[in-house]
Amino acid sequence: MRVSLFVTCLADQIWPSAAIGAVRVLRRVGCSVEFDERQTCCGQPAFNTGYRPEARTLAQRFIEIFEGSGTDAIVSPSGSCTAMVHHYHDLLEDAAWRARANAVAERTYELSTFLVNRLGVEDVGASFAGRLTWHDACHGLRDLGLKSEPRRLLRHVRGAELIELPNAESCCGFGGTFSVKHPEISVAMLDEKVEAIEAAGVDAVVSGDSCLMQIGGRLSRRGSSVRALHLADVLASTA
Amino acid sequence: MTFEAGARAALSDAQLRGALRHATTLFAEKRRAAMATAPDWEGARDRARAIKDETLLHLDRYLDQFTASAERAGARMHWARDAGEACAIIGWIAEQRGARTIVKSKSMATEEIHLNAALARRGIEPIETDLGEYIIQLAGETPSHIVAPAIHKTKGQIAALFAEKLGIAPSDDAAALTAAARQALRRRFAEADIGISGVNFAVAETGTILILENEGNARLTTSLPRTHIALMGIEKVIPRFADLEVFLQLLPRSGTGQVLTAYQSLLTGVKRHPDDEGPDELHIVLLDNGRSRMLAAPVTRQTLACIRCGACLNACPVYRQIGGHAYGAVYAGPIGAILTPQLIGIERAAHLPYASSLCGACRDVCPVKIDIPAVLLHLRAEVVAQHAGKRRVFERLAFRAYAAVMARPRLYERVMRLARALHITPPLRAWTKWRDLRPLAPRSFREEWRRGLKKEGTG
Repeated sequence: MRVSLFVTCLADQIWPSAAIGAVRVLRRVGCSVEFDERQTCCGQPAFNTGYRPEARTLAQRFIEIFEGSGTDAIVSPSGSCTAMVHHYHDLLEDAAWRARANAVAERTYELSTFLVNRLGVEDVGASFAGRLTWHDACHGLRDLGLKSEPRRLLRHVRGAELIELPNAESCCGFGGTFSVKHPEISVAMLDEKVEAIEAAGVDAVVSGDSCLMQIGGRLSRRGSSVRALHLADVLASTA
Repeated sequence: MTFEAGARAALSDAQLRGALRHATTLFAEKRRAAMATAPDWEGARDRARAIKDETLLHLDRYLDQFTASAERAGARMHWARDAGEACAIIGWIAEQRGARTIVKSKSMATEEIHLNAALARRGIEPIETDLGEYIIQLAGETPSHIVAPAIHKTKGQIAALFAEKLGIAPSDDAAALTAAARQALRRRFAEADIGISGVNFAVAETGTILILENEGNARLTTSLPRTHIALMGIEKVIPRFADLEVFLQLLPRSGTGQVLTAYQSLLTGVKRHPDDEGPDELHIVLLDNGRSRMLAAPVTRQTLACIRCGACLNACPVYRQIGGHAYGAVYAGPIGAILTPQLIGIERAAHLPYASSLCGACRDVCPVKIDIPAVLLHLRAEVVAQHAGKRRVFERLAFRAYAAVMARPRLYERVMRLARALHITPPLRAWTKWRDLRPLAPRSFREEWRRGLKKEGTG
């Protein structure tokens, strides 16, 4: 299967290991991966902050770049950026653009849903020694309905033990610009999450979104030994 | 007080946070348990929303029908365009009846129009008879939750308040506190000239209003005084009596986690015979106050489907941290964040659409499936487009620059490479005060791709 990688700007610049991991995992399960270097950002920060003209420009760019790729699927390591592509319909008012947006959204997947639901793969041949917990990122969980997919993948990782957080589904307080517009509230929400992670006695918290910067940033500020890892970091690991 | 200051005050108030955590967690657990007793929860949500959508699409017609039915049953109808008109109508009725004291059952609509202050200005004493509202009134505060007005208070704080205001011996026993309130309120019921209530649902077909409660105070308020005034937002109307079935499944379960409230008062008009129970006069005040503006577009119209259960407040991680007062508005939490800017104008509430991490927990629990995050996003776009609220000079420039760079991949790469070389980090003290900022990776993904990742698979 031919796959277009939608890398996301944050993975591109700040967390490339997630995108590199996604490429390796996709190849391991038999996909050929293409990467169009014209892609940048999906427009989510602008859309979520109310800057619709800016978001629209980037949405139309995204559609133009990916609609002609001729690949079977567009796969992203981020749930919220995938969800953004699924929101293009609400952002674009013109009927023709909406139709094009829907066609692109239809074949745009978050990594774990692509592996489990589209390819039917749960064991990607990964091994990772340690106790892991999965944090449900809000947009993946509530906009895309991804809940069991990452867990099924993690349960098949050799050497890994998956521990459930009591508050796995609560927001970590990131929320994009919310994290800097209302930092005190954001961190109060975050601390409930981080305390649960620390109490769970895990080696790493795994997620598939920008929440990792929020959770990881607080863990490291608190001097915690728990690492924040992207799902693709773990799935790519064969050590 | 600004939202930021209010939030900061709440976050440093250990009693408030303890009370909130306890109560919202309990509400959420009870809601889940009660939900499980409904035969078809998802189906009920869909049916309720469909009824609301249908009503809102033809609201003029259903309001006319409700008015005609209620008048036939003996009610007198009043239309209030805004809060000022509603207060004037109610104040005028009260003065005509020579009222000195008025008992009130719980009503967010009366909070919305600031009725108590308006009555006090006319020399009329309003007495809140819902226990939570009574506590709030004694404390000189405003409700911090749609369903549980005193949710932010601990039992200890209420005990101290009652000891001070009612002169009772300090007690931590909830039953003793409730009994003290009941004793104080019974006298006020007996002497009240008028009873004022809200309305949960108004049936167009029959002219009936339905009031749900647990304390019996609404039943007393609406039956003991000779005059009953009911204030309702125009969105409270539903077409048919049979429609109540689905809403009675949803509202108590979502609101307080009850299968049914202790009292459901179905009131149709006034008493027909001297031996009947009920008031001699029933006045129903229909309140617009910005609601008809929301009908224009589907995205805003759904706000009016709200049945005021408060489930979104209990589920909201922001509300759970800061409580209701920080929002600085009558309606707090997620529903308040979408309702308030539409009621009072976006200019006066431009901060509220941003008081959310957009996590979507509110949408999950909403019994009528209001897509609150979608409305928040819509209102954020309105804030930016209309330049509402504080000036956002830096933010506007930043987003313009961001879009300009992101639309040009080569420029994007050059900018990021420069930032990497010069170790430029964004000036985000609001982030770095509490959290470490993950630095730019030594090499971007696209560089790795070119440097060998592209060939890795084929090679």
